Amino acid sequence: MFRTDHYSIFSVLAEALRGQTGWKPAWRQAAPKSGYDIVIVGGGGHGLATAYYLAKRYGTTNIAVVERGWIGSGNVGRNTTIVRSNYLLPGNIPFYETSMKLWEGLEQDLNYNAMVSQRGVLNLYHSDAQRDAYVRRGNAMRLHGIDAELLDLNAVRAMYPWLNYDNARFPIKGGLIQRRGGTVRHDAVAWGYARGADRLGVDIIENAEVTGFRIENGRIAGVETTRGFIGANKVGLSVAGSSSRLAAMAGMTLPIESHVLQAFVSEGIKPFIDGVVTFGAGHFYISQSDKGGLVFGGDIDGYNSYAQRGNLPVIEDVLEGGMALMPRIGRVRLLRSWGGLMDMSMDGSPIIDRTPIDGLYFNGGWCYGGFKATPAAGLCFAHLLARDEPHEVARGYRLDRFRTGHMIDEKGMGNQPNLH
Amino acid sequence: MRINCPFCGERGNDEFSYLGDASVVRPDPASPSAADEFYAFAYERRNVAGPMQELWYHTAGCHAWLVVTRDTRTHEIFEVKAAQDVAFGRQKTADTTP
Repeated sequence: MFRTDHYSIFSVLAEALRGQTGWKPAWRQAAPKSGYDIVIVGGGGHGLATAYYLAKRYGTTNIAVVERGWIGSGNVGRNTTIVRSNYLLPGNIPFYETSMKLWEGLEQDLNYNAMVSQRGVLNLYHSDAQRDAYVRRGNAMRLHGIDAELLDLNAVRAMYPWLNYDNARFPIKGGLIQRRGGTVRHDAVAWGYARGADRLGVDIIENAEVTGFRIENGRIAGVETTRGFIGANKVGLSVAGSSSRLAAMAGMTLPIESHVLQAFVSEGIKPFIDGVVTFGAGHFYISQSDKGGLVFGGDIDGYNSYAQRGNLPVIEDVLEGGMALMPRIGRVRLLRSWGGLMDMSMDGSPIIDRTPIDGLYFNGGWCYGGFKATPAAGLCFAHLLARDEPHEVARGYRLDRFRTGHMIDEKGMGNQPNLH
Repeated sequence: MRINCPFCGERGNDEFSYLGDASVVRPDPASPSAADEFYAFAYERRNVAGPMQELWYHTAGCHAWLVVTRDTRTHEIFEVKAAQDVAFGRQKTADTTP
């Protein structure tokens, strides 16, 4: 008798013989208990990954994940699915490489097909100065043991002969490629972590919006939700996009603004982009999904927003970038565009730290880079919740780094969140 | 999203640059808690979900700084004022406060 809650060729065959009657939902519809050791607020990729690693690696299973909507309804299902670890600064590189390594083993670890595809992320450069900057970035990556390769013009031409190399203003001169980077099916990440956590005993409580925190003598006692009070020894906030709203309920003001980032998908067409390509002269990144749709995006809109939709000027800007880089997409029809909420922090880097309230922990400020960070953010937040000290690769992501002057500012833009 | 500039009339939002929350005011450097106040001034934001006063600059127009009252949940704009009028208004209120 094969266990059909473990996915394999044998469970598929066994279910074929019994008429597909033995499949079970990937996670239970849990009702809230009166209390847990740890309550994680936010059932997105990060919150679910945190619960999974807490149960799997830190031996805590009396955990609830409370989610306002349904699993997969937030930013984990609204991004452009790109994963990479091509960062420059010491505070970021080891963290994102930890994430990359977890992506590489994710499907075996979760027993779930997340369609991890290391198809390569190619950043194009268009000037000598930009090449120098990419050489520096590539060297920083290689010093940390991460793959990075500088491609000259001919090497890029061999990969993508149809790019517009002779653009009058921004001719392509070459690129920096991380071959281990690529894409991952975003919904499957949420579903896989949810199923993995559920199988280890974690309660995933959907349609439970947090409406307040119960704090007694400076210590967290639990969360008030639309499905009643849930007691907790420790509470972890993992609600990027809405961090400030939740933090305000606990009396905290964060170094974060919420902004909107738009993404786009075209109608399905035959395969022609087998990797991720980014335009270095504007801001445009593109890949092609397995269904054939072109998935692409650009800059954030640049003003505070909780609307989950953006405005036309940025759409025009993104599409102009696309046309400058690859004129052949000009007649492809746009299928959908949408917006997601970004926790834009004051230095463009995330926060995984304790808060001034005992027992209340914070994971947020992910800007537009939260998806690729999902496994490592979950691991590091789980470490912090279990051990009360930061994980080795997330030591720089302190909440008080703005006060002490230890910012991690990849773009060097200062305290202007809309410019990161 | 279109912003009704008091000097130029209604224009698309791509003519404007965004600075951020207009309720953030530079603290008094002589204040005994100046270090904390400057930290909050530079880094902490209320990040309002709802009507918010914010500073926009009419880059491709009259180069005026504007205070725009806009709902961050819907992008609806309720009021646009010249920033200098708002600043002078604040000054007046401060002067008459005992």
